Amino acid sequence: MSEPAIEVRDLAKHFGPIVAVDDVDFSVPTGSTTALLGGNGAGKTTTISMLLGLLLPTTGSVTVLGEDMLRHRYRVLPRMNFSSPYVDLPRRLTTAENLRVYAQLYGLPDIGRRLRDVSDAFVLGDIMNRQVASLSAGQKTRVALAKALINAPDLLLLDEPTASLDPDTADWVRGYLKDYQTETDATILLASHNMSEVEHMCDDVIMMHAGRIVDRGAPTELIDRYGRTNLEEVFLDIARRRSQDGDWNKAAQ
Amino acid sequence: MSDAPTPTDGGPGSAMVRRNPPFSPRRVGAMVLRYIYLIRGSWPRIVEMAYWPTVQMILWGFITLFLIGHSSFIAQAFGILLSGVLLWDVLFRGQLGVAMSFLEEMWSRNLGHLFVSPLRPYEMLVSLMVVSLVRTLIGLIPASLLALMFFGFSLYSLGVPLIGFFLNLIVMGWSMGFMVSGLVLRVGLGAESLVWAAIFAVAPLCGIYYPISVLPDWLQCVAFFLPASHVFEGMRAILVDDVFRSDLMINAILLNVAYLGVGMAVFLAFFRSARINGVILQVGE
Repeated sequence: MSEPAIEVRDLAKHFGPIVAVDDVDFSVPTGSTTALLGGNGAGKTTTISMLLGLLLPTTGSVTVLGEDMLRHRYRVLPRMNFSSPYVDLPRRLTTAENLRVYAQLYGLPDIGRRLRDVSDAFVLGDIMNRQVASLSAGQKTRVALAKALINAPDLLLLDEPTASLDPDTADWVRGYLKDYQTETDATILLASHNMSEVEHMCDDVIMMHAGRIVDRGAPTELIDRYGRTNLEEVFLDIARRRSQDGDWNKAAQ
Repeated sequence: MSDAPTPTDGGPGSAMVRRNPPFSPRRVGAMVLRYIYLIRGSWPRIVEMAYWPTVQMILWGFITLFLIGHSSFIAQAFGILLSGVLLWDVLFRGQLGVAMSFLEEMWSRNLGHLFVSPLRPYEMLVSLMVVSLVRTLIGLIPASLLALMFFGFSLYSLGVPLIGFFLNLIVMGWSMGFMVSGLVLRVGLGAESLVWAAIFAVAPLCGIYYPISVLPDWLQCVAFFLPASHVFEGMRAILVDDVFRSDLMINAILLNVAYLGVGMAVFLAFFRSARINGVILQVGE
């Protein structure tokens, strides 16, 4: 059995008296699609930031693709990428200029060819020479995803990957990510509020609340465990602190 | 890692990215390209870079014409004020070139993307230096040519030492730019006005338009620790006494070695602090 793509042990992040992430342990199998779910302030973005090395944990360890992210993050960064609504691409640059810059940052050998590939894949042809500032929210999301896949990453971290997309485009993006994951055996970890998306895309769901993992399992397992009909109802159960047995720690086990 | 990947392999990143050296000129080039795209895509930015040095030069040119009949100091060295204003602009633009380029990343909320790529913070600093050099030359060259055209004064009459003056001033500007950029990263865009203001804190001590000897003794001691004050003293030695003071040049170089080291260290310390406090994903307009 291959080693997990992500392994997190005793991870905690404190901002002064505020505990954003508290003693979190989880691993993400290579080649899986896993969701981090939780309400606002649950600790999802903080956790993803620590996985990326943008944020240093207070305690704990993060191992990504076999490397300790606190010591050797530059060994794995070329094999990772991410997209988040909390970051943008330079708005005064065109789509093509942005993608070219990132292709060069990731050290890709044939940038022109790669740009054509992602342009075709994300249907960017009409907007390649337009400034990002002039794009619609949906177009920006497509460009951000193209940037996230520019280096064909082994590990893709996505924060709200289909935010701002119309249902048709969002469905297309989900299909693309699914195909990409199947074809490349890449690992995808995503944070999302779209329960239907998580239900259809993810093999595994990690439920977070108040900085802690409160439950985990395949979407169907969670739905069964909570006696609900869909993941959204499970999410509401957890968000409203009405877990199956009222004991978070027990549920997490 | 495979050495012969193709982007259309569809394979994961390990197959596409061939090398990941600790320092990559290619990554530095990517960042320079990013700023060149920005400058190239906006003619007002280019005009603005040349506009202020030119306006300053014209203003001080006319002041020189006025003072030349009223001041023996100015009369004996016609270009002393114009050289001062043009060289001061190297320091100012050098600092601004670094800090403004860094602010562009904060304004556009791009730091998160950059720092999850293989780009090292010190590679970013190198790219900021290159871009600052380009921006400074875009500002300085037109102004210096117009000084020749309007007032018959050639900055280039300073000769070979001009290269040393230029490099010392721009390196001091970079050092201050790194410190200010790091500070703004750490405390947020509320402190961005420091980018414009910080350099003026040292201006009175640099002796741009007057000899350091006019300062009170204790301020002369402070001025001694500024590379720029040695540069402007050296500039006056050439223009007034027609003497190249190698001691001043060496002082400036030694101080700048320390300044650059401290500037980079301060930026990297603030960067680490930003990673501890989680501000990299939060910055933006």
